[in-house]
Amino acid sequence: MAEKIDNRSVFFNPFSKNNPVVVQVLGICSVLAVTVKLEPALVMGMSVIAVLAFSNVIISLIRNTIPTNIRIIVQLVVVAGLVVIVDQLLQAYAYDVSKQLSVFIGLIITNCILMGRLEAFAMANRPWPSLLDGIGNGIGYALVLVIVGFFRELLGSGTLLGLTVVPQSFYDAGYVNNGLMILPPMALIVVACIIWVQRSRNKDLQEH
Amino acid sequence: MENLNLFIRSIFVDNMIFAYFLGMCSFLAVSKNVKTAFGLGVAVTFMLVITLPVNWLLQTYVLSPGALSWLGEEYASVDLSFLSLIMFIAVIASMTQLVEMAVEKYSPSLYASLGIFLPLIAVNCAILGGSLFMQQRGFGSFWTATCAGAGWGLGWLLAITAVAAIRERIASYSNVPAPLRGIGITFIVTALMGIAFMSFLGIKI
Repeated sequence: MAEKIDNRSVFFNPFSKNNPVVVQVLGICSVLAVTVKLEPALVMGMSVIAVLAFSNVIISLIRNTIPTNIRIIVQLVVVAGLVVIVDQLLQAYAYDVSKQLSVFIGLIITNCILMGRLEAFAMANRPWPSLLDGIGNGIGYALVLVIVGFFRELLGSGTLLGLTVVPQSFYDAGYVNNGLMILPPMALIVVACIIWVQRSRNKDLQEH
Repeated sequence: MENLNLFIRSIFVDNMIFAYFLGMCSFLAVSKNVKTAFGLGVAVTFMLVITLPVNWLLQTYVLSPGALSWLGEEYASVDLSFLSLIMFIAVIASMTQLVEMAVEKYSPSLYASLGIFLPLIAVNCAILGGSLFMQQRGFGSFWTATCAGAGWGLGWLLAITAVAAIRERIASYSNVPAPLRGIGITFIVTALMGIAFMSFLGIKI
């Protein structure tokens, strides 16, 4: 019974209390770059969930055979292999999105979330909790990505997933899309707002 | 001339931090004081200047479609570009290791100041990002790649040093709202500096 509760917290903690992006501050680069629209944000989120889950399991399976002093290279090779698979799949089945994401799929390799989770969790735990940890952290990451993408696309272009959601009558009444939201620096401000909201609710996360 | 233009553009317009947000993880973690920030900046610049030309050679003579034709006629149709991610990260990881050993041997004082940052650089997105941009934009020559690497590195150095200086002041003189302290305010500072850097758009020499 104790183990079950443990697994559950391993899976659910990264959603909010220990979110990889806004609490551990890992993997920021891609959060900011791919969130102009919701669709690439979703695809990126799913790619990271997949890579993170599989690499966590693989590293966890071979954790006892990896020599400690070359473990970084082993981890990089495992992650790079998985990313190449994801990259090729996207180019084959979702070419437009893969064009929009450009180099950022490749940059999943150096996404700090992956190295962080592999080092901190998969190297010390059995495959099943590692899988849960990978999926949990991936979802926590994707969650932030989707929130940021949602607000930036809604306020910046007035659309969601490419469909217009702001009614024409708004524009007739003088509403204008906020072009500032499309600019890259605004992603930082949106993430800062998420951090602000989350830390006001969770007092123990605040820094002094 | 073209290379000089690219160099300047890479520092100010295509700045790794303010325009692409690459290398943000170490940027946020290490920008607490100017001295260490500067050290990491120098190390990143160094690695970009080394890895970009090496990866350019790899890209031009091994990986891109038809690149192996110098081996003989029968290799002219080989396309290894799907391997580029793995090759680039391998080059970066091994270069980091090599540079670390060389610096340790020949300049112990530099090693003492950079030492802890060097291994971290293998997983800095700015380095791999530089190589991937190089591949995507198809830089024409060895020197173009070197200039872009130097520019991106110096831009990163500039950004991390500037933000570290601001953070030092904020930490000691400002009354930031508690939930924003630390990371939150750094995000906002970086965003404002990013907007300021957009004024460089369209710069040409």
